[in-house]
Amino acid sequence: MERIKSIKQLQDLEATLAAARKSDRPVVTVCGGIGCTANGCQKLVAEFKKLISEKNLGDKVELLVTGCLGFCEMGPVVVVYPQKTFYKKVQVADAADILDSAISGKAVERLLYTDAEGKKIEKEDDIPFYKNQKRELTGILGVIDPESIESYLAAGGYQALAKVLSGMKPEDVINDIIKSGLRGRGGGGFPTGKKWESCRKAADKLGASKRYVICNADEGDPGAFMDEAVLQGNPHTVIEGMLIGAFAIGSDEGIVYVRNEYPLAIKSLSAALAQAREAGLLGKNILGTDFSFDIRINRGGGAFVCGESSALIASIEGFVGEPRAKHIHMAESGLNDKPTVLNNVETWANVPLIIKNGVAAFTAIGTGDVTENPWNGSKGTKIFSLAGKVNNTGLVEVPMGATLRDIIFGVGGGIKNGKKFKAVQTGGPSGGCIPEKYLDMPVDFDELSKVGSMMGSGGMVVLDEDSCMVDFAKYFVEFLCEESCGKCTTCREGLARLKEILTRITEGKGRADDLELIEAVCETLSQGSLCALGGSAANPVLSTLRHFREEYEAHIFQKKCPGKVCKKLIKFSINDNCTGCTVCAKNCPQNCISGARKEKHVIDSAKCIKCGVCKEVCKFGAVTVE
Amino acid sequence: MTEAKVNNAPMVEFIVDGKKCSAPRESSLLDFLLANGYDIPYLCHNPAVKPYGACRLCLVEVKNGRKTKLTTSCNYPILEGIEVFTNTEKVRRNRKMVMELLLARAPESKELRQMAKDRFGIDADKLPFEKNNGNKCILCGLCVRVCRELVGIEALSFAGRGEHKEAISPFHDVASTCIGCGACAVACPTNCIGLDQVITKRSLARWNRELPMKTCKRCGYAYAPMFQLEHFQNISSVPADFFDLCPDCRK
Amino acid sequence: MASYDTAKIDAILAKNEYAEANLLAILQDIQAAEGYLPRPALEHVAKSLGISIARIYSMATFYKAFSLKPRGKHICTVCMGTACHVRGAGRILDKIEENLKIKAGETTKDLLFTVERVNCVGACAMGPVVIMDGETIGNATANKINKVINDIKADSKKS
Repeated sequence: MERIKSIKQLQDLEATLAAARKSDRPVVTVCGGIGCTANGCQKLVAEFKKLISEKNLGDKVELLVTGCLGFCEMGPVVVVYPQKTFYKKVQVADAADILDSAISGKAVERLLYTDAEGKKIEKEDDIPFYKNQKRELTGILGVIDPESIESYLAAGGYQALAKVLSGMKPEDVINDIIKSGLRGRGGGGFPTGKKWESCRKAADKLGASKRYVICNADEGDPGAFMDEAVLQGNPHTVIEGMLIGAFAIGSDEGIVYVRNEYPLAIKSLSAALAQAREAGLLGKNILGTDFSFDIRINRGGGAFVCGESSALIASIEGFVGEPRAKHIHMAESGLNDKPTVLNNVETWANVPLIIKNGVAAFTAIGTGDVTENPWNGSKGTKIFSLAGKVNNTGLVEVPMGATLRDIIFGVGGGIKNGKKFKAVQTGGPSGGCIPEKYLDMPVDFDELSKVGSMMGSGGMVVLDEDSCMVDFAKYFVEFLCEESCGKCTTCREGLARLKEILTRITEGKGRADDLELIEAVCETLSQGSLCALGGSAANPVLSTLRHFREEYEAHIFQKKCPGKVCKKLIKFSINDNCTGCTVCAKNCPQNCISGARKEKHVIDSAKCIKCGVCKEVCKFGAVTVE
Repeated sequence: MTEAKVNNAPMVEFIVDGKKCSAPRESSLLDFLLANGYDIPYLCHNPAVKPYGACRLCLVEVKNGRKTKLTTSCNYPILEGIEVFTNTEKVRRNRKMVMELLLARAPESKELRQMAKDRFGIDADKLPFEKNNGNKCILCGLCVRVCRELVGIEALSFAGRGEHKEAISPFHDVASTCIGCGACAVACPTNCIGLDQVITKRSLARWNRELPMKTCKRCGYAYAPMFQLEHFQNISSVPADFFDLCPDCRK
Repeated sequence: MASYDTAKIDAILAKNEYAEANLLAILQDIQAAEGYLPRPALEHVAKSLGISIARIYSMATFYKAFSLKPRGKHICTVCMGTACHVRGAGRILDKIEENLKIKAGETTKDLLFTVERVNCVGACAMGPVVIMDGETIGNATANKINKVINDIKADSKKS
């Protein structure tokens, strides 16, 4: 688009573009998020395009491919405006019907969402998954085209920047962010405004003219994809947030450090940066003011530890991602030893919202009272990626302070296959497992750490009764063993020894004093390590040990795995429900199930590798695990 | 921080085990403690190179403001008003665990076993962990850091990460830029470089490097590796025939 | 080694302004162009930027995005993220390894397949997820993936 030359011109643009884009045509919106992509939405988009051109429907209906619509479980998802009709699990063959119905205005019954009672729900907003959320940041993902800056501008984009540049002083911006109580969404929960303030002050004191703002998009927590969704679906909001941050601290250079495993987000962001530059929203003398700022992308190399700020900076500087001791703060000496502000994707995305809608609108949502001190509460919303053994997996945004029950049962629709809830893992490998008794706990930065977990970046993995907490702790320890940079003895060797101990416990060879040994190693690991990765690496072990100690003890003393997961401690057999259908025998990879047709089958335990395929394929519940 | 910066730094006051002390702001806490007779165990520290904080043995407790936390002293910059505790029960307990972890990793190192026995009363054969047999290296990184920071060559590096990390020559091949100065072997606290010399040939087993020695034209003594002398020649302005004689014959 | 054509590498270096700070990006570009990091290419980078090969080797072995060995024509990446783990990704990986007779991180002798594990691709809600040559397959099962693999095998025999 053409270069925007003044603040006034930008302010007028929202209305003009919105009017120009407004049409009477219904809009068929196809989710292009990572989840729906995994479910083949690209083929669906191609089909829509083909049909629209073949049937010459270009002036009757509009096609929009958006970022993540959130309800991944139901993907590929299509929403038709203006009615906001929600269609689930849409296949290529359904495209023609959807186009017809979009034009006629009558919904395609068979593709509608069905609730737990079997009732069909037509409108997106009436579906419990959406109804129980507060979609301040993610709602917009459903109405904008990630590849079009006009689309973002028409939705009110860059108006926060306009507001900042039309008379606000850097100190005013910092003050607003402090007052809003915004805390870092990347995990630590440090007040964002305080971070900016200390950077600006330190830089002014040092007389540093070079300052950096960095966006951490190296979302390394396995089980988290919020940042991917925001960056891919609405890259301009992150750019706008960084622009405002840069203005506040006096920086002219920004860097987005993106995970290499996120090609969609990198593509989307690259295009957005080019458009913003062309529109004069990045570069020299933005909107004719003397504020200049530009952003470049750094692709990560695939290392979880690079989510740690000093490792991330080492990586940007062209070194291995080894963390350094942080007794001197980044605000003073960060990238290239210059004052630096680092925030994650979701934090940056909140900034335009606060500036545009005002501090009061932001503080109206959330917990605590932050008027005096941003540490006294958690404000705004938080995006979680809800995954694991829950019915409605997807991208979920709720107000800070919503309970785990609200999220897992209200939005998530409860546990899959009618199983019992056992625990929820929050905060990724740095977080912990929270048991059922805390389901009514409000989720905010401080409450989660009280029970031995943490907010982390917002991964939420639900576990059902069939999970083994020892095995789960071992999974994280194994993950961290590989992802530790390997510099400190405590982290590298401590994790290796924890893996050794947990492995022997899951194999039924645990020793009576192993739990004390685990606790001793965990103390040195968590308190004696150099960086936050080591400092939090014991959490998955300590939290499971704290809330599920009896499971550890069952493994060690009774040589039993209550979750029936640990292969060395379980045995598969066939019970009297067996009809002799032979399906299990046919699917057994070891060929160790025998029996005549229509007669009860038998598993040869000596050969059985406990892969569980027989149990999975049996339609009669005839496979017992003990 | 750079030496110049420390030299110009203002003196700050702080407390160690209840005693008032003063030192230049942001200088290394471990260097101060060692210079003042505190008995702090360490393996990865060498004042000739920058603090690194890898071995974690030099743990102390530091109170800065309201918070007291365990930290390594080698890379802790001395700040005004901090209070340091070098010998609390917590410090001793965690240092001992670090030592056990190190031993489990490198049980073959005589130096490490001796230190564990003398300073911590740990019997290396009675660890609560399985031992990583056949290994001597504790990944303190002194070889890598000395080669990079002091010699200025960087012939070797760490490779891999996490539990697979190792200090090794590029591609596990011959460290082709190694000049054979032997600084790595001198710095190594667990003696795992394998520096050896047989008359006119020096070898560094860990880096797969064998180097011919320069023989003194006068006395015939094989006094230094050829590559090392070439390197010195390149970075200094000594005459071309300077290294024909050994240091003794040059006098 | 002398036969290695460095023109491609020079172009990558030029694109990255011969800047030492862009080392990570340079290595990523080489990985993308060659499918792995050939040793002569890395030696050429070291010489051109005036940095040690040891430093480049440490980068190449630290970051998971890099491989020092040639990789297969088809890349099968199994997501081992938490969500995929609890939905049985481990078993899928076992089955793929069994089919191809290699372990994760390895390449088949005929250079047809490389199997890799990744710690999360962000498609958690669709777990378990397998990425086959860039195409994300959600709600994967061992049978579904092995069918894709067997089809590729059959195709390659034909041609």
